[in-house]
Amino acid sequence: MTSTATPTTAAGNDWADVTASESSLRRFLHGLPGVDQVGAEQRAAGLGTRSIKTSAKAFAIDLAISMVDLTTLEGQDTRGKVRALAAKAVRPDPSDPTCPSVAALCVYPDMVATAKAALGTSGVRVASVATAFPSGRAAMDVKLADTREAVAAGADEIDMVIDRGAFLAGHYLQVFEEIAAVRAACARPDGQSAHLKVIMETGELQTYDNVRRVSWLAMMAGAHFIKTSTGKVQPAATLPVTLVMLEAVRDYREQTGRRVGVKPAGGIRSSKDAIKYLVMVNEVAGADWLVPEWFRFGASTLLNDLLMQRTRLATGRYSGPDYFTLD
Amino acid sequence: MSTFEYAPAPESRSIVDIAPSYGLFVNGEFVDGHGHSFKSISPSTEEVLAEIAEADETDVDLAVRAARRAHSRVWGRMPGKERAKYLFRIARIIQERGRELAVLESIDNGKPIKETRDVDVPIAAAHFFYYAGWADKLEYSGYGTESVGVAGQVIPWNFPLLMLSWKIAPALACGNTVVLKPAETTPLTALLFAEICQQADLPPGVVNIITGAGETGRALVSHPDVDKVAFTGSTEVGRSIARSVAGTSKRVTLELGGKAANIVFDDAPVDQAVEGIVNGIFFNQGHVCCAGSRLLVQESVADDVLDRLKRRMSTLRVGDPLDKNTDVGAINSAEQLAKIRELSAIGEDEGAERWAAPCELPEHGFWFPPTLFTGVTQAHRIAREEIFGPVLSVLTFRTPSEAIEKANNTPYGLSAGVWTDKGSRILKMAGALRAGVVWANTFNKFDPTSPFGGYKESGYGREGGRHGLAGYLKGEARR
Repeated sequence: MTSTATPTTAAGNDWADVTASESSLRRFLHGLPGVDQVGAEQRAAGLGTRSIKTSAKAFAIDLAISMVDLTTLEGQDTRGKVRALAAKAVRPDPSDPTCPSVAALCVYPDMVATAKAALGTSGVRVASVATAFPSGRAAMDVKLADTREAVAAGADEIDMVIDRGAFLAGHYLQVFEEIAAVRAACARPDGQSAHLKVIMETGELQTYDNVRRVSWLAMMAGAHFIKTSTGKVQPAATLPVTLVMLEAVRDYREQTGRRVGVKPAGGIRSSKDAIKYLVMVNEVAGADWLVPEWFRFGASTLLNDLLMQRTRLATGRYSGPDYFTLD
Repeated sequence: MSTFEYAPAPESRSIVDIAPSYGLFVNGEFVDGHGHSFKSISPSTEEVLAEIAEADETDVDLAVRAARRAHSRVWGRMPGKERAKYLFRIARIIQERGRELAVLESIDNGKPIKETRDVDVPIAAAHFFYYAGWADKLEYSGYGTESVGVAGQVIPWNFPLLMLSWKIAPALACGNTVVLKPAETTPLTALLFAEICQQADLPPGVVNIITGAGETGRALVSHPDVDKVAFTGSTEVGRSIARSVAGTSKRVTLELGGKAANIVFDDAPVDQAVEGIVNGIFFNQGHVCCAGSRLLVQESVADDVLDRLKRRMSTLRVGDPLDKNTDVGAINSAEQLAKIRELSAIGEDEGAERWAAPCELPEHGFWFPPTLFTGVTQAHRIAREEIFGPVLSVLTFRTPSEAIEKANNTPYGLSAGVWTDKGSRILKMAGALRAGVVWANTFNKFDPTSPFGGYKESGYGREGGRHGLAGYLKGEARR
């Protein structure tokens, strides 16, 4: 796309001249096209009226299950709890082998080894939050150590939090450098790198203009995924926020050729909501984002509702919550 | 892995009951007409829906007499507070029977159920609620409290029920009685509305619905006992109405064509602007008098906006109007389709570049893909004439003054849109644009509290809001 509304750098996807100084980075981010709140919310609501039935619903539910990052991020987490959740992640519906596994199990860094051992070769990935999750209020070397430890313990994916205070204070370069440093800390000795998801905590950034700016900031700094929320702050994921992020990854790929994934997290509890997100991915970013590699749901209670709807579609009947495991 | 294809999600037709034939609604009853009859078809399938009576001069005269009697004996004398009760009742019945009205409108008109369900029917009900509220407060209107008398109203096929409510609600609130003629291709929801009037126990003769084509309309507006003529439709017919009432004491309001400029500045919120462009021209298949049919985009962002627009247009779902996922439905008639095709061909002949969204069109019925023309100049016919279809003409500008000049350089002046992040620019543009409605960072928004109407060849008079009372009260001059 010949982009005039979105400034480009001569070097294409090399952002060196944009990120050379605080002022050039600010100029770039503030030069991104604005987001009209009313219009964005209207578009999100409009997509929410799509009617997804029968075969389309069955497809969407299985797809949504395969995109779940099954999450437990509690102070009360134990190894037993993580092992139980790992079993659920691999076989969400023990009575039905055709039910897909979820994408990943998301835990605190100290639980990574347990999760990794429990998941074995199932193909379900281990995601670990890091960088002083959820507030991000710690010294930089602590955040990096947190990340390295999780990677060393076998985490396939790192969900970092940004310093929202720095972003709101306009210290964009600081946020950029932090993300880039964490991305570097995701490197493994074998030359591979854990995938980095950048949690922007959009509930604290509040405006859609900020969401668009922080999305670009994270992508330029090397994020593999941009993620809405920690789940610890309200509001967490919303459809309009996800809309703005999907527009950002779409435009970023148009401009650089590199694809970035999107993960709404927190507050998505029903299959109906999940399907609205999938419709939005389909119509805003495009159908090729509709794979677990590029779109995830950060959720815990969503999975059982998906399973319940899945069983309903297969049998024509609703079964009670006791027919699905509580882990 | 397969792809995410939306399975058909059709709204059930079983809620509507279409009779094989319909008479006229005169004096509270359905009666046979004296003239011929004609067929109403579904534009999406070409299936014949019903035989409709064609009112001749005798029928028109009977309807006007019924309206006159109802005005002098009942409705014109009834306290506003009492009239309001009927209007509130009608509004509630429209809501209660909303799904039925929405499905019937989609079948008869061809527009998607999504729009009839979310736009036409709710706003129609809102108009009755709004004007019901005015009925006992007319002394505060600034136009007096005295009704004009009998209103002859002729409405178009693009928003059959909604235009009916724009016409009938203020007329009744002010104490007038009406004879309304719906368009010949879309009479069914007006006839269902007649049934709603019966259900609401509206006194006989207050609302009369006569069906027919141009001749019937002519007979109605030229009937000597009609005090007020309200018309929405083409500028050509509007002119002939203006001629026919010239020299009489009839009041006239005309809401006619448009060729609205939708102006996108380089600082616009681009993704929302693209939505607004799409909504401006592809809403209701572009059968909208205030459609944003001329996109004026600042040259510095034109390529980016067009790329985004084409990508967005490619996701529009064209097809069965009753499918809940349909974005663009059928063209209302073979005649209208022929006109759209003709003007589009002229656009190509004149050198504009045509691009249509890739989409499969159904075999039967009247269809036209969402289309845009680039390289259009002010001299092209597709930049000047109302196409009244899903066809967008794209022009560029360099400076705000050029945008104003181009936007105003049209015989029409119904609406305009401005897209910019700069509040001061919105205010300046709104003052400079000669259009009855100027939308800022949105388009095609309708609300009963907001007056709607045109400049120049887009007509005169306002509908909606307090201003919408003016045409139906005698004290019009006192503002």
